[in-house]
Amino acid sequence: MQGTGTAAFRPGAMLLFITLALLMAAVVVVSLGAGAVDISPRRVLAIFAAGLGLTDQTATPREALVLFDIRAPRTLLGLLAGAALAVSGALMQGLFRNPLADPSLVGVSSGAALAAATSIVVGDRLIAAFWPAGTALPFAILPAAAFLGGLVTTTVLYVIATRQGRTSVTTMLLAGVALAALAGALTGLLVYMADDRQLRDLTFWSLGSLGGATWTKVAAVAPAVLLVIVAAPVLARGLNALLLGEAEAYHVGVAVQRLKRLAILLTALAVGVAVAACGAIGFVGIVVPHVIRLACGPDHRVLLPASALLGGSLLVGADVLARLLVSPSELPIGILTAAVGAPFFLWLLLRGGRGTFA
Amino acid sequence: MSLLTLSAASYGVRGKTLLNQASMTLRPGQLTVAIGPNGAGKSTLLRLCCGELAPTAGRVLWDGAELAGIPPWRLAASRAVLPQASGLGFPFTVAEVVRLGMETVGRKLPRAAATAIIDSSLASADVDHLTGRSYETLSGGERQRVHFARAIAQLAAGRAATKRDDLPQALFLDEPTASLDIHHQLLLIREARQLADSGVAVFAVLHDLSLASSCADAILLMRNGEIVAQGAPDVVLTPDRVRQVFGVETEILQARNGVPTFAYRLP
Repeated sequence: MQGTGTAAFRPGAMLLFITLALLMAAVVVVSLGAGAVDISPRRVLAIFAAGLGLTDQTATPREALVLFDIRAPRTLLGLLAGAALAVSGALMQGLFRNPLADPSLVGVSSGAALAAATSIVVGDRLIAAFWPAGTALPFAILPAAAFLGGLVTTTVLYVIATRQGRTSVTTMLLAGVALAALAGALTGLLVYMADDRQLRDLTFWSLGSLGGATWTKVAAVAPAVLLVIVAAPVLARGLNALLLGEAEAYHVGVAVQRLKRLAILLTALAVGVAVAACGAIGFVGIVVPHVIRLACGPDHRVLLPASALLGGSLLVGADVLARLLVSPSELPIGILTAAVGAPFFLWLLLRGGRGTFA
Repeated sequence: MSLLTLSAASYGVRGKTLLNQASMTLRPGQLTVAIGPNGAGKSTLLRLCCGELAPTAGRVLWDGAELAGIPPWRLAASRAVLPQASGLGFPFTVAEVVRLGMETVGRKLPRAAATAIIDSSLASADVDHLTGRSYETLSGGERQRVHFARAIAQLAAGRAATKRDDLPQALFLDEPTASLDIHHQLLLIREARQLADSGVAVFAVLHDLSLASSCADAILLMRNGEIVAQGAPDVVLTPDRVRQVFGVETEILQARNGVPTFAYRLP
């Protein structure tokens, strides 16, 4: 007979990963096929099978263009950005020891977006002043700027909200509101200064979209996101212990300061690249980890990788809806995630699990 | 032989001295109880002893080495702490909370060994019937007992991970009986006593003089951030001292089993 201690290890993590992987595969196939040029899922699979030499149903030039140059990078970018957003949410909730923390709610995304917007407007002027006419801003500047913006905001937030090792959630949310408002005002100032082309870019950032996906963007974003996905689970045991409290985590053997610094760094990196890639898309970071916790408990060893899988699927799924709902035009994806995420957040608040506002 | 030594250790924050020149030792196999009025510096002393705070003057030595220099993961194998109250805003089960105590120390233990440790710790703290319950649904006293199980599990994991049954270990309990019913107060004190008898250095902050006298090898009587007396319970806890420190008149009744019982009234 099994002892009671087996309840310390929840079964079903493997089942969860398999389910999430299948879900992701399904969403990817739908995303590759859906849109103005409709390609059925069966046809998408056939074309990919042909690419592997399994069938002879090669793609028409038009299909190849749509699939490989437009939808494949867009889908991949969605997977990467969604994974980054969900993992950053899970990390932040662990760091603040509260399931309501989310980069988009507490101003981290706004900070990253402000830095990205600054790099567009100010960067353009610097380039116009010092480099020969026609030099474009390299795309890599954006993720770097957004990362720094996210890092500064997360650190400021943590310092404000934490007194003597205890993080006050009320302070965190209120400080987040203030930081988001400040970042919003400064972004507004940039909008005021921007020219027409910059204005289009800035609008895109404030609402969020996967529309501008290119292979270059995917290549710029992928290393950082993969780094976060691989590195985050290394912090899992420490983050588990941190849920007990900072002093308690130290008692249990965790080097708390180092853990917090790494978690802040990874959160900022994930939010930064996600914002640079597709703008400030909200609520993925709060919805996804919550669903995973419902299914498999709060253990970060499962939570972090599972959030990455589900976050990618969710964002790509939302993007499919964004393309189909008003086809042949498309909705900004941030509107969709907010429409689902904001009521979800309110539901979490109203349900008011004990400790939510500890 | 002493496991932990404080020599003239002080701690102050923003010009306020919370602990003044405290000197004491914790020995394996001994149960030491700190007693004193609110704000006497008992919890500060405990936090200094477990490495959570570094002294602003004086020294804290663990097994002969400066405590602050020992990496947390190494210290955790031989020292566990039961804090006053722990919040946890996530839906862990009781057994998972106990497992959190072994997250660092027991990370290399095979699952069967970890499970066995969790089982026996749950039983020792009398929470084995709550195993699968969500921690968030427990009462204050039940939570306290779950954290006690977590602390014992950490020590057991420390012995298993280092493969040393004779590893010198210490357990710190900050007001462990505060929210417990009488039955569980006695159970917890009996567990603490048994751990001490098995060789662990146990340090507890208590408020109940009778309970303290019944279990302690040594009492530290504290007031205004200072240790005013230390030694065997019957030597330290005299009616005169109790009047000076707590401002209450005491009558010490000898129960039939030889354990003194304190009866108080305001002067």
